[in-house]
Amino acid sequence: MTTDARNETEKPPGGHVSPPADHAETAKTTIQRIADLRAWLFLAALIVGFEVWSRLSFGGTFIFNPFNITSIAIFAVAPLLLATGQTFVIITGGIDLSMGFIMGLAAVVAAHVINWATPGMGMPLAVLFGALVAIGVAMIPGFINGILVSRLRVPPFIGTLGMFGVARGVAFLLAGGTTVPVQNSFFAALGNGRIWGIPWIVIITAVFVLVMHYILSQTRFGQHNYAIGANEQAARRAGIDIKAHLLKLYILSGMCAGLAGFLYAARFSAGAAQAGEPLLLDSVAAVVIGGASLFGGSGTILGTVAGAFVIAVIQYGLVFINVEPFWQFISVGVVIIISVLIDQAQRRISGGRQSE
Amino acid sequence: MTPLLEVRNLSKSFGAVQALRDLTMQVAAGEVVALAGDNGAGKTTLIKAISGVYKPTSGKVLLEGQEVNFSSPQEARERGIETIYQDLALADNLSIGANIFLGREPMTKRWGFLPVLDRKKMADAARETMALLDFHVNRLDAPVSNFSGGQRQAVAIGRAVYWNARILIMDEPTAALGVPEQRKVISLIHQLKAQGRGVIFISHNLQDIFAVSDRIVVLRRGVMAGERRIAETTHDEVVKLMVGG
Repeated sequence: MTTDARNETEKPPGGHVSPPADHAETAKTTIQRIADLRAWLFLAALIVGFEVWSRLSFGGTFIFNPFNITSIAIFAVAPLLLATGQTFVIITGGIDLSMGFIMGLAAVVAAHVINWATPGMGMPLAVLFGALVAIGVAMIPGFINGILVSRLRVPPFIGTLGMFGVARGVAFLLAGGTTVPVQNSFFAALGNGRIWGIPWIVIITAVFVLVMHYILSQTRFGQHNYAIGANEQAARRAGIDIKAHLLKLYILSGMCAGLAGFLYAARFSAGAAQAGEPLLLDSVAAVVIGGASLFGGSGTILGTVAGAFVIAVIQYGLVFINVEPFWQFISVGVVIIISVLIDQAQRRISGGRQSE
Repeated sequence: MTPLLEVRNLSKSFGAVQALRDLTMQVAAGEVVALAGDNGAGKTTLIKAISGVYKPTSGKVLLEGQEVNFSSPQEARERGIETIYQDLALADNLSIGANIFLGREPMTKRWGFLPVLDRKKMADAARETMALLDFHVNRLDAPVSNFSGGQRQAVAIGRAVYWNARILIMDEPTAALGVPEQRKVISLIHQLKAQGRGVIFISHNLQDIFAVSDRIVVLRRGVMAGERRIAETTHDEVVKLMVGG
């Protein structure tokens, strides 16, 4: 930006920032805003695309059908919950590979605990107890991940990969290598019931995700999360306790996986160790499509919500319009790549000034 | 008059290596003292001993005549000694205000009960502080990665000023900047001086040192090689002190 430099040399030292600089700032932030909204734009484009296809080929609506909307929302519950925890982790520049099997572990634990507690406690209380134990147990591998990453300086990719194996093995052992059916009709009602047409599990997920959005965007914890992702040394110098933060962070991500596992068990009235197996990479994809960078420092819960729905709409929509399901993988893959390309382009543009 | 900061007979050894030997220097309020010397002369050790990163092996640090013993940079910061690092300790993805308050964010209540970050207070502080440094930035909510090197340096200095730093230690503040930006930082240092703060300024650039400092302290191999008033010395003399001619 040579104009900028020239303007400044003409002025006495300490002069005001020249107007061209401000102009450039505004232009850049417009590009940034569009890039920030890309997940929502993808989502809108997908919905319009499926709607048009649906009307042309069978004269029916896609998105104005409440059944479709509810199905997509139910579809999105587990990947979104995993992605919510994953968003926090990815913003710090880490990753949690163990979430999928922590989810499976929580589902198996919920099933066992509810079966065990139902005769003594009655159905609703047993479900509540099962939820607390399942989520509590899910926080243990999260805690170990946190210790590995924060105190023992194990790279997140490796530490959580180890925990991926441990949680997987423990979950299959607890389940005896099979699925664990639950005998509790209250639990089944929670997993499949609705209020005003909205499934309970969707409401629970929405409330939980809103709370997580609040924590990330409005609290010190969230602010420190961004700072650590951008410049860990700066965060440490500013007096932020990085170790304590990372420990809480991985416990939080375990908790998200725990809730996902509990809701999975409710939906199917059964716990399965492999419940979250295919969802882990979907969760990472949702975070990336939602605008986070795997290098850390950026990402929002609202973006992740859009990212999770992009994936859910692709998966459900392709089935709905009768396309071979394998196209799902291709479509999600293409969306991830486009999303990252937009991110790179935006970085090049907004980074231009510093590299000068 | 008691100097703002006084270092008395300070020594620091790392095992058998003596990085700093029997160093004495002072910084008065409104004074800019440049620290010069070759690599390994002990400049960094000295500022780290002042700012609480290292504990001196022997000797004292006095703040307004009172002896201080910092066990961490946080403690030094609470007493008004702030270090501005060469690599700018900023979180690039946060706004100016969020950087000023990093680690001590102000909170407020929304709807009377929900604690949220007080972004308005952060933005106001950012605006006031940057105006105090005569830096005017329009987009206070933009992340600092949008700003130039000099502006970011101003943010780092602004953070120190906002928290009422009385002594600012700057490690090569102009090293990573272009010429116009360097001038801007020099003028910032003039502002700090005018506000009655003490500045310790490490630089390799003699031009910058002569442009802004009142005094220069030259270190060589961990000892004081000489101390001169800027008005009474020349580039040549300083270079001779540095290389030991």
